[in-house]
Amino acid sequence: MKEPIIQVKHLYAGYDGQAIMEDLTFDIGKGEIFVILGGSGCGKSTVLKHMIGLVPPVSGQVLIHGQNMVTARGKERTRMLQQIGVAFQNGALFGSMTVLENMMLPMTAFTDLSDDAAKTLALAKLGLVNLNRNSHQLPGELSGGMRKRAAIARAMALDPEVLFLDEPSAGLDPLTSAELDRLIRDLAQTLGITFVIVTHELESILAIADNTIMLEKETKGIIARGHPKDLKADPENEYAYRFFNRNPGKEMTS
Amino acid sequence: MTELHIKQTDTGLAYLFSGRMDAGGIAGIWDRACNGLAGHGGAALTLDLSGVTYFDMAGAALIVHLERMARDGNHDTVHMTGLDKSAATLVERVSQTDLAVPEPARPGGRIRRMVENQGRSLGEFWQDAKTFIAFFGELCWFFFAGLLRPGQIRWKETLRVAEQAGVNALPIVALISFIVGLVMAFQSAIPMKMFGAEIYVANLIGLAMVRELGPLMTAIVLAGRSASAFAAEIGTMKINEEIDALSIMGLEPVRFLILPRVIASTVMTPLLTVFAILVGILGGAVVILSMGHPFSAYYNQVVGFVTWGDFVGGMIKCFVFGVLIAATGCIRGYQTRQGPSAVGEAATRAVVSSIILIAVFDGIFSIIYYVLDV
Repeated sequence: MKEPIIQVKHLYAGYDGQAIMEDLTFDIGKGEIFVILGGSGCGKSTVLKHMIGLVPPVSGQVLIHGQNMVTARGKERTRMLQQIGVAFQNGALFGSMTVLENMMLPMTAFTDLSDDAAKTLALAKLGLVNLNRNSHQLPGELSGGMRKRAAIARAMALDPEVLFLDEPSAGLDPLTSAELDRLIRDLAQTLGITFVIVTHELESILAIADNTIMLEKETKGIIARGHPKDLKADPENEYAYRFFNRNPGKEMTS
Repeated sequence: MTELHIKQTDTGLAYLFSGRMDAGGIAGIWDRACNGLAGHGGAALTLDLSGVTYFDMAGAALIVHLERMARDGNHDTVHMTGLDKSAATLVERVSQTDLAVPEPARPGGRIRRMVENQGRSLGEFWQDAKTFIAFFGELCWFFFAGLLRPGQIRWKETLRVAEQAGVNALPIVALISFIVGLVMAFQSAIPMKMFGAEIYVANLIGLAMVRELGPLMTAIVLAGRSASAFAAEIGTMKINEEIDALSIMGLEPVRFLILPRVIASTVMTPLLTVFAILVGILGGAVVILSMGHPFSAYYNQVVGFVTWGDFVGGMIKCFVFGVLIAATGCIRGYQTRQGPSAVGEAATRAVVSSIILIAVFDGIFSIIYYVLDV
C-alpha cells in the first residue's frame, strides 16, 4: 500500500456518547479512491462527519498527515480543513450565489487573491467538471448531476489533497452517474487527489474504488475490507458477498 | 514564499517563477504578472518554472491565463520551461477550458428591459390579486360547507393551532399592549396636566384601546407571529411535496390544512384583543395611580365614557383581521416556490402582505364607522 494520508485509529462513531460503530481502524493511501460502504442507516455518514471534523466522535483518532483532526483547534484546525474538501450529499451550494460566486467564496476568504484572479481560478476548476459554461447560473437552475459536479468543483476550490464525497451518485440516472464516476477517476489520476467516498451504489463502487471498508450495523464494525472485486468474488465473507451480489439472504429467495 | 522576477532579455520578456504556486502563493504575484505584459506586444515571452517547488491547479490557471493574455497581446511566441510531467498535465487540462464568464443572453436595450420588467411585475401583481381572491372564495366555500357538516372540519387540528397561535401569543400581546397603554398615558398626561385635566387620560386610553389600538396592536403582533408561522409550515409542506400527496389522496389541502388555521385565528384574535384592551387600560391606570388619583376614579372615567358601540366596533374589526392574517399566511405558504430560500421568502411575504391588508382594512373600517356615525 502507498503511504497513508489518513489514518483512523480506534474510532468509536456516534452522537452524544452513544457509539453506533465501535473500534474502527483503517488507513487510506495517498491518491487512493477509498469507499466506505454499508447498508442504509449503518452510520457511514456519521463516520464521514467525524473524519472531516464536523462532529466529534465518541472517542478515537482521525489523523490526516499524522495530525489529529479530532483534537485540532483554532489555526491548526483551519489549516487542516484547507487540506480537505467536502461535497455534501445535496451539494450544499449556497442558493443565493451563482456557481462562480460559490467557487470564489473559499478562495477569497482564505487567500489574498483579487476578484479577477479568483474568477480565473474558479473557471479553471469549473472547466474540470465541465461547468464553466454554467458559471453565471444559480444552483437552483442546474440539474441534479450538474449540482453534484458543482459541489465537487467547490470542494476543490483550494486544491485539497483529500476530497470527501457523501453519496455522490445518489438520485442520479445511470448515465450521469457513470459520467461522475469517470470524473472522479480522472481527477484522481491527473491531480493525484485522494478520494474518500461514502456510497452504496454498487456499480460506482465496482467501477472506481481502489479500496473499501464495509460497515455493518449488527456487529457495529468493519465486516469486510479490500478491493470490491475481491469482495464480490469471495463467498467466505457472507454479508459482503450478499451485498455485492444483491442477494437479500436465503429465507427471502425462492 | 512565491516570487516572480520579470527580466527583459534580447528576444523579449522572461518570467522567472519560484516557490509555491498554489492559490495562496500566486495571490501575491497575479496582478504584477498580468500587468507586466502590457506594452510589450510583439516580443517573445518565456515562462520559466524551474524554481517552483509546488504546483497545483491554481498555478496552472495563472500560467494558462498569462499565455492567453500574451497571445491576445500579439506576443509572437510563448515558451514554457521547467515544467515537470504532472505540471504539464495540469497546464494541458486547464488550457482546454474557456476562462471567460459567459454573459447570460438578454435581448434588448436597457430601456426595453426596464419596461419589460415593469410590465412583468404588474402582470405578477394582477395574477397575485386574482389568486388571492379565488383562494378566498374557495376558503369561504369550504367554511360554509363545514358549517353545514361540522364533522368535516378537523377540530383537533383547529384546537392545536388555536393553542399555538392564540394561547402562546398571550404574553407577547400582553406585554406590547401594557407598554402601549403606559407610554400613551404618560405622554398625554404631561400636556394634560398643564390644564389640570390629567384624569381625562382615562377617557383617551379607554377609547383608543377599545376602538383602535387594541385590535390593531394585536393584529400586528399576530401578523408577525402567526402569519409567518403558517406560511413557513405550509411552505415547507409544499416543498416536501406533502401538499401534492394530500391532493392525490383526495383530501383538499384547503379544507385539510388551511381551514383549521383560519378558524383558529378568527376565534383567537378577538379573544386576544379583549385581553389586550384590558391590559392596555391597566397600563394607563399605572400612570394615573402614580399621579395620585384613586383607581376608582380611573375606572369610572373609562366605564362612563366608552360605550358598548365602541367595543362592538373594535371586535368586528379584529374578527376581520383574524381572517386576514390566517388567510394571507396560508396563501403565501401555498404559493411557495422551489428553492432553498423559498420558505423564508414566503414567510416574509406573509408578514408584509398581512400588515398591509390590516392597515388597509383599518382605514376602510374608520370610514365605515364615520359614515355610520358609530
